[in-house]
Amino acid sequence: MKASKIKLMEVCGTHTMAIARAGLKDVLPKSVELISGPGCPVCVTSQSDIDRALEIAGEKDVIMTTFGDMMRVPGTKTSFEGIRREGADVRVVYSSLEALNIARNNPSKRTVFMGIGFETTSPAIAETILEARRQKIKNFFVLSCFKLIFPALSSLARSKKIKIDGFICPGHVSVITGSRPYEKIARDFKTPCVITGFDEIDIIQGIRRLIKQIRENRYEAEIAYKRAVSPQGNKKARKILTLVFEVCDARWRGLGLLKGSGLKLRPKFEEFCAQREFKVKLPKPVKVKGCLCGEVLQGIKTPRDCKLFKNKCTPQNPIGPCMVSSEGTCAAYYKYRNRG
Amino acid sequence: MEEKITLAHGNGGRRMHELIEDLRIQFSNKILNELSDAAELSINKNRISFSTDSYVVKPLFFPGGDIGKLAICGTINDVSMKGARPLFISLAFIIEEGFSLTQFKKIVHSIKQEAKEAGVSVVTGDIKVVEKGAADGIFINTAGIGIINYATSIGGRVKPGDLIVINGTIAEHGMAILNAREKLGFKSNIKSDCRSLNLEVQRCLNVSNKISFMRDLTRGGLAGVLNEIAGGSNIGIEIYEKDIPVRPPVKKLCDILGFDPLYVANEGKFICFVDAKDARRIKKAMGKTSQIIGRVLPSHKKEVFLETKLGAKRLLAMLEEDQLPRIC
Repeated sequence: MKASKIKLMEVCGTHTMAIARAGLKDVLPKSVELISGPGCPVCVTSQSDIDRALEIAGEKDVIMTTFGDMMRVPGTKTSFEGIRREGADVRVVYSSLEALNIARNNPSKRTVFMGIGFETTSPAIAETILEARRQKIKNFFVLSCFKLIFPALSSLARSKKIKIDGFICPGHVSVITGSRPYEKIARDFKTPCVITGFDEIDIIQGIRRLIKQIRENRYEAEIAYKRAVSPQGNKKARKILTLVFEVCDARWRGLGLLKGSGLKLRPKFEEFCAQREFKVKLPKPVKVKGCLCGEVLQGIKTPRDCKLFKNKCTPQNPIGPCMVSSEGTCAAYYKYRNRG
Repeated sequence: MEEKITLAHGNGGRRMHELIEDLRIQFSNKILNELSDAAELSINKNRISFSTDSYVVKPLFFPGGDIGKLAICGTINDVSMKGARPLFISLAFIIEEGFSLTQFKKIVHSIKQEAKEAGVSVVTGDIKVVEKGAADGIFINTAGIGIINYATSIGGRVKPGDLIVINGTIAEHGMAILNAREKLGFKSNIKSDCRSLNLEVQRCLNVSNKISFMRDLTRGGLAGVLNEIAGGSNIGIEIYEKDIPVRPPVKKLCDILGFDPLYVANEGKFICFVDAKDARRIKKAMGKTSQIIGRVLPSHKKEVFLETKLGAKRLLAMLEEDQLPRIC
């Protein structure tokens, strides 16, 4: 039996939101603590990646496309919303195929898709690139800021700053990856992993299974979301992913540079690579004074520890990305406040 | 930098309310200051409900309705919420040059049909055609008036202990529109709930003289409207998640996109605040799908709380920004 307080990390931003929406923390026993992890794609995107996207969007005859959540994330100098007001062509899309359609319909311009997210989103974008090649579209580029979840989990499990007793693992990512990769993490770091869905009952079941493992000193990867996740995952999606992308090092907000945690286009697809197409100069990054997003993403701090939270930093006037994103921990804490 | 109007100024959330407040101050008078969707006027001792609304929905045709049907039932519903029987409608079009005449005729046909079903007459109107690019297809404005025969004035009498009754399942209009507009490609039977509520409202008025407030749950959804009422009437509100009806396919589509159905627009749903004694009667008058979903608190003025299915209580805040489909 471990120390009296059990600390479980929900890795995925959608879980963070679901937990806050359901008020789960209020009804759990005091001995179980839920900590939010680095699973919000907008939040973990590094400042330099955001700055690069902003610089590219500011180039002449460029259409920048991205998911809506990115619009208000502050870069070093401005945000997509900011440059759009000043005349840049920035468009919100619901899928990368929509971005490809924009490229096809605007042959005189270069259309860039800012790709963020984990294994859930990247296979669809890989397929979009294959489609661009099939259609011989030459004015479509992807700024790859994709992340892989397992290096981040290893980094957190290894961290000396925080002791995590178990991971509540993301349902959507696991549809693609399957449960196998978690087995290694559970074994190597003696940290049980349970994959769950997003209903209250799914999450409670996940927590229950984690506690059971901890009590029995087991370190396994379990699926508590069998209606969607299998041990082997979606092999076809992973095949498309590895056909187009290769693993690279990537910088995460909060976690820093993690080896083998990102994706870049393989050389044979480099004609679609925005980093190659656009040589831009990045502004010198400035760390926002007082913003604890980095610490929040590692589970070391909660939004309530941040002096800016609810004062200077609100969803209307966000200072850090965790307040901007609809999956961000700060946004979840803000939106679903307890009864005062 | 010069501040500009953004879409958030029209989404039923905080920014829109700030803009409305600025306008209210400019034109301040006793009737306007109630900030109700319809104004209650008194002309020669006749009590009149008067309302106007503009319709800019995209796509123009969607599962369950079109812009024409919406332009009639939206205004009828606003007029009705004052406890009125809607009678007359004005109808004005702004049409972009090049708009299909066939589509126009289709829209006019559904206006005709909806007005007939709801028992209102279109009595005046206007047409403006603007050059290409100056409007997006077609916009419609309607205004409506109705007569109030209810003994007391609806609105402003909400008191602690009043119960809140809803007439059916939420979030259908918003999700049907989103699915159609963004061509998300989800095959579903989700249809807009858009319909005229005047007859249902009349049934409620007939069974109870203790109705203190009625509102249709359009922009901002249930959560947005409750926050407006809590702020406007200076009351605290509590609702119970387990009692709020949402059809499973709507819930699923919301889950997939990361939307909260409580904030999604409706066009055929309304809530009624009523003395606890009469709540069951109202529920019966509203029909099979109705539910008692909450109550007015004696404390926590201007705040709305949700008791979740798990029994936790949390703030149900006003929408800050447009809801966006999530990324993963």
